[in-house]
Amino acid sequence: MSAGNVNTEALKHPGINLGEAHGEAHTQAEGVVFGFWVFLMSDFILFGLLFATYATMVDHTAGGPGPKALFDLKSISIETFALLLSSFTFGMASLNLKHGERRKPIILWLLATLMLGLIFLGLELHDFSSMIDKGAGPWRSGFLSAFFGLVPLHGLHVATASLWLIVMLVQMGVFGLTPRVKTRLLRLGLFWHFLDIIWVGIFSIVYLAGLS
Amino acid sequence: MTASDLWHLVFGRLGLQSLPFWDMIQHPTPSHIINGIIATGAAAVVVIGALVTVFLITKYRKWGVLWSDWLTSVDHKKIGIMYIVLAFVMLARALIEALLIRTQQADGLNGGFLSADHFAQLFSTHGTIMIFFMAMPFLIGLINFVMPQQIGARDVSFPMMNSISLGLTAAGAALVMVSLVLGKFETGGWTAYPPYTEAAFNPGPGVDYWIWAIALSSIGTTMTGINFAVTIYKKRAPGMTLFRMPLFTWTALCTAILMIFAMPPLTAVSLMLALDRYLDFHFFTNGMGGNMMNFANLFWLFGHPEVYILILPAFGVYSEVFSTFSGKRLYGYTSLVYATMAIAVLSFTVWLHHFFTMGQSANINAVFGLLTMIIGIPTGVKIYDWLLTMYQGRVRFTVPLIYALAFSVLFVLGGLSGVLLANPSIDFQVHNSLFLVAHFHNMLIPGLLFGMLAGYHFWFPKAFGFRLDERWGRLSAYLWISGFILAFFPLYALGLMGMTRRTVSYFDPAYTPWMLVAEVGALVLTAALTTLVIQLIVSIRERKANAVPVGDPWDGRSLEWAIAAPSPEWNFPVIPTVTDRDPFAVAKAQHTAYQSPPAYEDITLPTNSAMGMIICVVGGLLGFALVWHMWWLAILSALAVPVAVIAKSFDTRTEKVIPAAEVRQQHQAWLAQARQETPISRQLETSPDNHGLADNTIAEAST
Repeated sequence: MSAGNVNTEALKHPGINLGEAHGEAHTQAEGVVFGFWVFLMSDFILFGLLFATYATMVDHTAGGPGPKALFDLKSISIETFALLLSSFTFGMASLNLKHGERRKPIILWLLATLMLGLIFLGLELHDFSSMIDKGAGPWRSGFLSAFFGLVPLHGLHVATASLWLIVMLVQMGVFGLTPRVKTRLLRLGLFWHFLDIIWVGIFSIVYLAGLS
Repeated sequence: MTASDLWHLVFGRLGLQSLPFWDMIQHPTPSHIINGIIATGAAAVVVIGALVTVFLITKYRKWGVLWSDWLTSVDHKKIGIMYIVLAFVMLARALIEALLIRTQQADGLNGGFLSADHFAQLFSTHGTIMIFFMAMPFLIGLINFVMPQQIGARDVSFPMMNSISLGLTAAGAALVMVSLVLGKFETGGWTAYPPYTEAAFNPGPGVDYWIWAIALSSIGTTMTGINFAVTIYKKRAPGMTLFRMPLFTWTALCTAILMIFAMPPLTAVSLMLALDRYLDFHFFTNGMGGNMMNFANLFWLFGHPEVYILILPAFGVYSEVFSTFSGKRLYGYTSLVYATMAIAVLSFTVWLHHFFTMGQSANINAVFGLLTMIIGIPTGVKIYDWLLTMYQGRVRFTVPLIYALAFSVLFVLGGLSGVLLANPSIDFQVHNSLFLVAHFHNMLIPGLLFGMLAGYHFWFPKAFGFRLDERWGRLSAYLWISGFILAFFPLYALGLMGMTRRTVSYFDPAYTPWMLVAEVGALVLTAALTTLVIQLIVSIRERKANAVPVGDPWDGRSLEWAIAAPSPEWNFPVIPTVTDRDPFAVAKAQHTAYQSPPAYEDITLPTNSAMGMIICVVGGLLGFALVWHMWWLAILSALAVPVAVIAKSFDTRTEKVIPAAEVRQQHQAWLAQARQETPISRQLETSPDNHGLADNTIAEAST
C-alpha cells in the first residue's frame, strides 16, 4: 500500500505507532490491535475480580499460616526485577521492530525477554512448591485458596505469553517480518506489558501489604 | 490391574448407574418407575433425535453441504442463523421442561408425580437452558445476522473468532443435552449457589455439567462481545456516524460492552466453584475460611448486567419494528440512545438486589433499592418514545408489531412488579416466592422472547428470501401472548399467598385453582411453539409464492433492506456512503435507491475455517471428560486447543477474492429484477404480490 502521510494519519491508533514505513501493517493493525486492547480490558476485569476476592479473604486463614509466615521477599524481589526487566527488553525489541526492521536484534531482544520470563516462572514455581511443602496449599484455608486463585493465574498468563513468544520466533523465521507477524508481535508486546502491570498489583497488594 | 480399575482409568466415574433407567430397575417402586420413564423418554428423544438427524443428512447426502456451507463457514449471516437454530432447539427442550414443571405443581397438592430430585433437575435445566442456550444464542444470532448489514459492513471484525464463539456455545449446549442421557444435571437452580453445590453435598456429575457448560459458553460470549464492539467501532460504512446508527445496532453495541465486562465474572465464578470441587479449594465452602457470599456477589455481578444483555437487543428490535410498521422515523432517537446507554451503565450498580435478605445492612439495601428503581426511568423513556413513534403513523398490524404491542403493555406491568421488588421491605415479604418467578418471566417473555420472535419474523425474509406465513404467525403470536398471561399472572397471586418457588409439592389446597390456570397457560405456550413450527413448514412449502427477491418486503429504513434477499455473501457490492439516519428510507424518498455504482471492485472475504468446529468438539470433550473424571481425555483435549490455535496461526490462506466481474454480474441481475417488479403498496404487504419492492410514492407519514 503506497498510502502517503495523509492516509496513514487517518488510520493511526494510539496503541500502534509503527511508524510511517509500515503502511500495510498499519491498515491491518487498526482492527486487530483495537480488538486486543478490548480483550485486555476484559482480562483486566478477571484479575480485578480475583484481586477483590483476595482482599475479602486475606484474613480467612482458618488457623493456618498467614502471609508473614509464607512469603519470601528475596525470591519475590528477584521475580519482580526479572519481570520488569523483561518489559524493558521487549520494549527494545519493539523499538527495533519500529525503526530497524532487521530481524537479528529483534530476535536477540525477544530471546532475552523469554529468558527473563522463564526465570520468573521458575522462581515462582519454586515459591509455590516451598509453600506447599510447609503445608500451605490452596486446600489449607480460604486465604490460600484466594492466593492460589490469583497469583498462579498471572503465572499461567506469563507461561502463555512465553509460549506465544516462542511461536513468534518461529514465525519470524518462517515468514519474515510480514505485516501479520508484525501485528502479532505488537499484540504480544501489549500482552507482555499488561502482565507486568498486573504483577505490580500483585507485588503491592499481595506481597508488600502481606509482609508489612 | 482389575477390570474395574481399567474401566475407571478409561471411563472415570461413568458407569451403568449413569443411565437414566438404572434407578428404576434397581428400585422398582411406582415413584421410581414414573420418574425413570420420564427421564428415559427424554434421553430417548435426544438419542433418537440425533440419530434421525444423522440418518437424514446421510440419506440426502448433505454432509458436504453442511460442512462446507455451514459448519466451517465464517460468514456472519450463516453463523447468526446457526445460533438461532440452536436457540430454537434448546427452546423446545426447555419449554417441554416448563410444561412438566407446571404439570407437577398443578398436581402438587400433597404429592404430585415427580420426585423432588427430578423436579429440581427440571427447574435447574429449564433456567440454565433458557438463559444461556436459548436467549443468548438467539440474541447473538440476531445481532450477528443483522448488525454488520445495518452498518454497511461485509462481515464482523474477527470472522473466525465468531465461528469459535459459536463452537463454544454449542459445546456448552451439547453438554446440557448429554446430561439427559448420561448422569443427572445439577439440582441447585440455574444460579447453582454453594455451599449446596460444593462437593461435600453434591459429589455427583450434575454440578460439574453446569460448571463446564457455563464456563465454555461464557468464554464464547466474551469473545462475541469483543467481536461485536470492535465491529461497530471500526467497520461502519463511511458517513455512518454513531448517531446515524440504527437503534438495533446501538443496542447491539451496549450489549456487546456489557458482555465484555459482565461475562468474566461468570467465567471466574464457575471456575472458582470448579477449583473448590476438583482441587479442594475453599472459595465458597462451609468452614476453612470459605465465603459463600462471594459466590452470590460474583454471580450477580454477572447476573444483573446479563438481564440487560438479554433485554437491550430486544429493545433494539422493537425500535426497528415500531418505526418500520408505523411508516415513520423513530420518535426520540437521541433519547432512546441515551436511555440505552444509561441502562447499560446502571446495570452494574444494582446486583445486590438479588440478595436483599442475605444479611447486609439496611442502608446498603436502601442504596441498591433506589438504584434499582432509577433504572425504571430510562426504560419508561423508551416506552413513551415507542408509543409516540406510532402516534400519527400508518400502523400496520403485522406479526412483529403484534408482538411489539403486547410487549409495550405487558412489559410495563412486569416493570411495575419490579419496582415493588426493588423496595427491600417488600422484597423481604415476597423474595424466593412465585411472585419473583412471575416478575422475571414477565420481563423476559414479553421482553426478550417476544422481541426475538418479532425479530425472527422481521428479518427472516432477508435471510432466506421469502416471508414467513402471516396467518400462522398471527395465531402463534396470539397463543404466545395469551399463554404467557395465563401461565404467569396466577403466579403473582400465588407468590402473594406465600407459595415459595421451586416447590415440588404443597399442602394448601387454595393454591390448586391458580396452579390449574397456570397449567392451561403452559399448554397454550406449548401450542404456541407448535404453531411456530407449523408456520415454518408451511412457509417453506409456499416459499415461491412468498418470495421477496428484491429484498425490501416491509418498506424498510436501514441499509440491510437495500440489498437482495437472501443477502449476497459479500452483503454490499459497493460499500455505501451514509448521509443521514434511516439511509435507505432517505434514498427511496429521493429516488436514489437501486442504482448502479460507477464501478465494481474485487471483494476480499475470509475463507472457511474448521477452527470453530475443532474448538467445539475439543471443548465439548474437555467438559465431558472433566464431568466424568476421564483424566486422560481431559489432558488430551486441553492440549489440543493450543496445538490447534498454533497450527492455525501458520495458515496464511485466510482470504479469498471475489472478482469484480462476478460481483457486477450478480448485482446487475438483481437490479434488472428490481426494475421489472411492480412496487406494491403497504396494503399488499402480506400478500403474494409482495416481491420485496416497496411503493414509496406515498410520502413519509411524518418525519
